Amino acid sequence: MSQFTSGSLTGKNLHLAFGSNKVLRGIDIHVEKGTAASVIGPSGSGKSTLLRVMNRLIEPDQGDILLDGRSVLKDNPDELRRRIGMVFQQFNLFPHKSVGENVAFALRKLRKLPKDQAWAEALDQLDKVGLKHKAGVRPATLSGGQQQRVAIARALAMKPEVMFFDEATSALDPELVKGVLALMSDLASDGMTMVVVTHEMGFSRNVSNQVVFMDGGVVVENGSPDQLFTEPKTERLQKFLSDVL
Amino acid sequence: MDAWSRLADTFLNWGYIAEVLPTMFSYGLLNTIVLALASGLIGTFLGIVLALMGISRNPVARWVARIYTDIFRGLPAVLVILVIGLGFGPLLNELTGIRSPYPLGIAALSLMAAAYIGEIFRSGIQSVDKGQLEASRALGFGYGPSMRMIVVPQGIRRVLPALMNQFIALIKESSLVFTLGLMSRERELFQIGQDFAANNGNQSPLVAAAIFYLALTIPLTHLVNYIDNRLRTGKEQKHEPDEAAAVIGKGAHA
Repeated sequence: MSQFTSGSLTGKNLHLAFGSNKVLRGIDIHVEKGTAASVIGPSGSGKSTLLRVMNRLIEPDQGDILLDGRSVLKDNPDELRRRIGMVFQQFNLFPHKSVGENVAFALRKLRKLPKDQAWAEALDQLDKVGLKHKAGVRPATLSGGQQQRVAIARALAMKPEVMFFDEATSALDPELVKGVLALMSDLASDGMTMVVVTHEMGFSRNVSNQVVFMDGGVVVENGSPDQLFTEPKTERLQKFLSDVL
Repeated sequence: MDAWSRLADTFLNWGYIAEVLPTMFSYGLLNTIVLALASGLIGTFLGIVLALMGISRNPVARWVARIYTDIFRGLPAVLVILVIGLGFGPLLNELTGIRSPYPLGIAALSLMAAAYIGEIFRSGIQSVDKGQLEASRALGFGYGPSMRMIVVPQGIRRVLPALMNQFIALIKESSLVFTLGLMSRERELFQIGQDFAANNGNQSPLVAAAIFYLALTIPLTHLVNYIDNRLRTGKEQKHEPDEAAAVIGKGAHA
């Protein structure tokens, strides 16, 4: 039983170019409601850009984005982004606000909750990531792993229908990676729709329902973890897997 | 009289210092503060406008800010004060009847301060990591609210020390309004010291003025350092034991 009101997410024939540099060249991706898709591939393959295009931080040149089966390209992009939580490699917590305020801020300003209620809900979210006792301190005093958990709480507090993770563990010290991955696994098993750009092949293989392998701005292979990891069809994926595993 | 006692008399004649103190206290100090504070406030306001123009998406706004900044940062303060003070004085007098050089002195100081303060704000805002804007936008804030609530406040905080330095510079530069010719009650610390020194052929009144300036600027300098420290570390937190091992700047005391 899902704890979240999550939705499915589809990208259709997404194209994006920066000048002559074609970053996305016709991406098709579909993430079923309540499932986790991991996006893997070499650096510069367009994985992180794909996330930013699907929440319209960058507008695609061509193609369509559907949330729960409905095109969102005509919607107000700010409102779309409230429905899609995003977690970054560098956490990007607001350093001038306390940990609690990092979570409560958008609740007050965007979900228009009264101050007390926003704070109570922020504490509740922080409790879920085990950091309620840090609500009063500045993010800089936390470890990387703790900061990333706060960033996840901040995104979840908006009650998103989909969560994006952009290499969420790449900036963490090895011993801190586990805690964040465990939290992400919990989210996946609780039924959150997730798109996870990652270099963590263990997570990709064991937690995600679907693996998307990108290279050079296109989806080269797409299927179940078993398919991709045990029977890679293309030479490109075979080479990638032999490089990273 | 030997050389030492002559020098002591030239710079530290307590009689002259005692004579000049009441005047400095009664209006000299206040005039200096009024000049610095007024031009500091106006300069800050104009500086924010210039900074926002400087980072605007509109190329005309960026150019106007650029040209303004180049001009007012590139000229000697005394030249700007003279040109504006003497040049616009008659016009101001005709239009408003104001004879005091203060409004134009403040205007000249403000215009120059704005050029520096604008650059301080602009560099501060632009030094904020772009991930901050991205994170705020990813939460669902628009570009404007993200800049206003997340990026600009961080930029301004990190330049507060530089801003205080600018205010210290204004306290010192306010002395240049003497070039516009001040009436007796309009004199600020420097002009009062200068007049007493000239009348008595003794530099002690200027030393008194110097002490006044230092009494204003030194506490501010230390306030800057305090703010700087506080901004870097936030409120006093419980330190992890290993943090003491690598405090930048403490190496010299080890």
